[in-house]
Amino acid sequence: MLDADIQLRLSRLSLDVAFSVAAGEVLALLGPNASGKSTTLRALVGLLPLDGGRVVLDGTVLEDPAERVKVAPEKRPIALMFQDYLLFPHLSAVENVAFGLRCRGTDKRTAREKASQALARLDLEAVAEARPGSMSGGQQQRVAMARALVTDPKLLLLDEPLAALDVSIKTSVRRLLRDALRQSNAANILVTHDLLDAVALGDRMMVIEDGAVVQTGTPAEVTARPRSTYVADLTGVNLLRGTGHGTVLDLGDDGRLTCASPVAGPTFAVIAPAALAVSRERPEGEEANTWRGSVSAVDLMGDRVRVRIDGTPAITAEVPPAAVDHLKLDEGGDLWVRLSPAAITTYPQ
Amino acid sequence: MFRRHIKVLAGTGVASLAVALAACSSSTSSAPPAAAASQAKPTGTLVVFAATSLTDAFNKIGDQFEAANPGVTVKFNYNGSSSLATQITQGAPADIFASASPTNMNTVTAASLESSTPKIFAANQGEIMVEAGNPSHVKSLSDLANPALKVVTCAPPVPCGALATQIFKNAGVTVKPVSQEQNVGGVVTKVSLGEADAGIVYVTDVLANGTKTTGVPIPANQNATTDYPIAEIKGAPNATAAAAFISYVLGPDGQQVMKSFGFLPPTS
Amino acid sequence: MSRAKWRLNPLVAVLAALAALFFIFPLVGLVTGAPWGHITSVITSQTALQALELSIIASLASTAIALAFGFPLAWLLARGQFPGRGLLRGLTTLPMVLPPVVGGIALLLAYGRRGFIGRPLASATGVTLPFSLAGVVVAESFVAMPFFVITVESGLRSMNRRLEDAARSLGASRRTVFLRVTLPLIWPSLAAGLVLTWARALGEFGATITFAGNLPGVTQTMPLAIYISQSSNMTDEAIALSLILVVVSLVVMVFRRDRSGAQ
Repeated sequence: MLDADIQLRLSRLSLDVAFSVAAGEVLALLGPNASGKSTTLRALVGLLPLDGGRVVLDGTVLEDPAERVKVAPEKRPIALMFQDYLLFPHLSAVENVAFGLRCRGTDKRTAREKASQALARLDLEAVAEARPGSMSGGQQQRVAMARALVTDPKLLLLDEPLAALDVSIKTSVRRLLRDALRQSNAANILVTHDLLDAVALGDRMMVIEDGAVVQTGTPAEVTARPRSTYVADLTGVNLLRGTGHGTVLDLGDDGRLTCASPVAGPTFAVIAPAALAVSRERPEGEEANTWRGSVSAVDLMGDRVRVRIDGTPAITAEVPPAAVDHLKLDEGGDLWVRLSPAAITTYPQ
Repeated sequence: MFRRHIKVLAGTGVASLAVALAACSSSTSSAPPAAAASQAKPTGTLVVFAATSLTDAFNKIGDQFEAANPGVTVKFNYNGSSSLATQITQGAPADIFASASPTNMNTVTAASLESSTPKIFAANQGEIMVEAGNPSHVKSLSDLANPALKVVTCAPPVPCGALATQIFKNAGVTVKPVSQEQNVGGVVTKVSLGEADAGIVYVTDVLANGTKTTGVPIPANQNATTDYPIAEIKGAPNATAAAAFISYVLGPDGQQVMKSFGFLPPTS
Repeated sequence: MSRAKWRLNPLVAVLAALAALFFIFPLVGLVTGAPWGHITSVITSQTALQALELSIIASLASTAIALAFGFPLAWLLARGQFPGRGLLRGLTTLPMVLPPVVGGIALLLAYGRRGFIGRPLASATGVTLPFSLAGVVVAESFVAMPFFVITVESGLRSMNRRLEDAARSLGASRRTVFLRVTLPLIWPSLAAGLVLTWARALGEFGATITFAGNLPGVTQTMPLAIYISQSSNMTDEAIALSLILVVVSLVVMVFRRDRSGAQ
């Protein structure tokens, strides 16, 4: 069980986050670049001293600046998996895996045996004596996994472990990782940019922006009701912020929208891109939520087309591919947007 | 090799030596035969290889020679005579070789590299050089045998090294130097900087070094003399200028300069 | 990873051949000019043996000093963050560009008998460095250590320091990180630095003769002996001694190439 309250001031970032992770749980940590994710991990490892707060792992105080307690990094029962694996290039796979055990006092032979077994479990016997330089990316990733897990850590930190892998093997490695995490007793924190990783591997999600936590919850909760543009972008929905008066959502400079049910106070509004109707001519009728904007970007994403429309408010709409021709979207210009009030999901800020 | 500052008052020391040697020295240098004066006017560049100890004197002679013969540029290469001899035998393009001892000149002669008989144009004697003010109170050669004293000489193959060996033999002392330098400049440096307590150098070096160091004269019966021969190299690129330069050195103007720097007239 | 078969570019071949010959011809000259008739007597003469012994002892000692003191300095220059670091680096590499004789004079002014460090040293301990083997080692270290510092600093800078973080995160103490991760990773630079330093120390002449002087059996290393022979027109001896030095150096250089090539 990890109880962390981390306060750190760096030249470009002020970090203030507090969270807990239970043994066996996987907390997915997301956020834009330079939001403080890696800094949080480094602080937990002990490579960056805290300015304030407290870190307790399984009842042991790892760091408490007020009490002048700081356990050195090498004495913390924490293991890391890095995005670039950081396998020791001058050691073989089995020596890499045995490294952590030997550092913590295991004798050479026992360490080697345990390491060999760990490699075998991940299907890596063939490369046990090979150096990282002669292994494929997937093999290196699994060796890194074995190296981290073999020391039986109480806290496992994974820094974008799958980011460097080809899409083709990501799925299988993700599954392997999930099984490995399920089997370990450690509390796990997984930093990722990939929503799929977070949803597939995470029991809970935590979003950090600018050094502060903006949202926590289960992956389903967070993706259904994003509270940050970052998550909204990840899940591919439009997120607007406004103030509710009756059924009107006042977006300030970004105009106003009419909702299906009353809203009050500071409110988030989520709109699926597919829910927007787009046309070149003004739509018939006087229905609410009709406005005109100009095309600023057109992106083809698989079999869907997304159109970014600047206006009040700016919005991303999704259209079928045929519409690109039909609406002559590549020529830019003005577009009319209509949105049904029922398609707006609102929730308090 | 840098120009050394000349101190006129050091001439007194030289004068006393000259008196001591009056008995065996010829006071007038042999005047060169008038006919040997060059038939054509010297021009172009003249390359002179000369022993380190000749630096200041030859630089002045060079200036005077250039003034008297506009159109001639004299270039000097100063080094230990043994190094110069080696360079000449290996084909260095010199017009003239002025050595600090006949031995090194003989090396060049043996390789049949002269086109004229070497002529002795000056002589030099040894002197003990000590730090300014003589803090180690060296009075004679026998003091140098003291093992606590750091004495520096030239290496035996170099003329000033052979000179030192001869001087010690004449005085009957056994001196163990702490270093054997490759040319006399190395000895002067070590004593000037205070690294060595004493060194055997030429009289002219003590004179040239001024107040930076002090000289302790060596009695005539213990001292040794080295003759300085000069000769034109066979196949010299500028034979005309070479002959003229040698005449100048042997003539009254050249001899006057040599004397002013503390050299003795040729002994033979 | 497979490579396409290596093809020889003609221009590259010609230029490279010229460069190689440029180095090989003088060595051929040495071999053909050597006095093979009586070379054994020259090589086993007291001058030669004394000079060789002094050269080997002094160069090894200088290399050891470079390692002991140069490594921490390289570490500081690579990892330290303090004002004036650039200046410090410039100063410690100055001997590389100074003419060795200038270095020798500077050494005399600092560590000579009247030097501002040497004088108190002499009055306190009675030890003077010039004219002794210790002086030779000082002179050689002065000119050779910068090579070591530069090479090792470069190696330290180019290693991935995050590997050290990884090691610490696995439980390695700072000492273990240094011995098990840092050292093995910078080993190629370290080895190159040692060889370069030793070679430079072995060949040092100007600073040695100026600071330590020249006395057979005490301070006359091989380069000094060769120079004295050569300038005394004892060319035979000079060439023979030069050959010994070349053979010794060649053995070490070839040996080093082999090991790093095998990695």
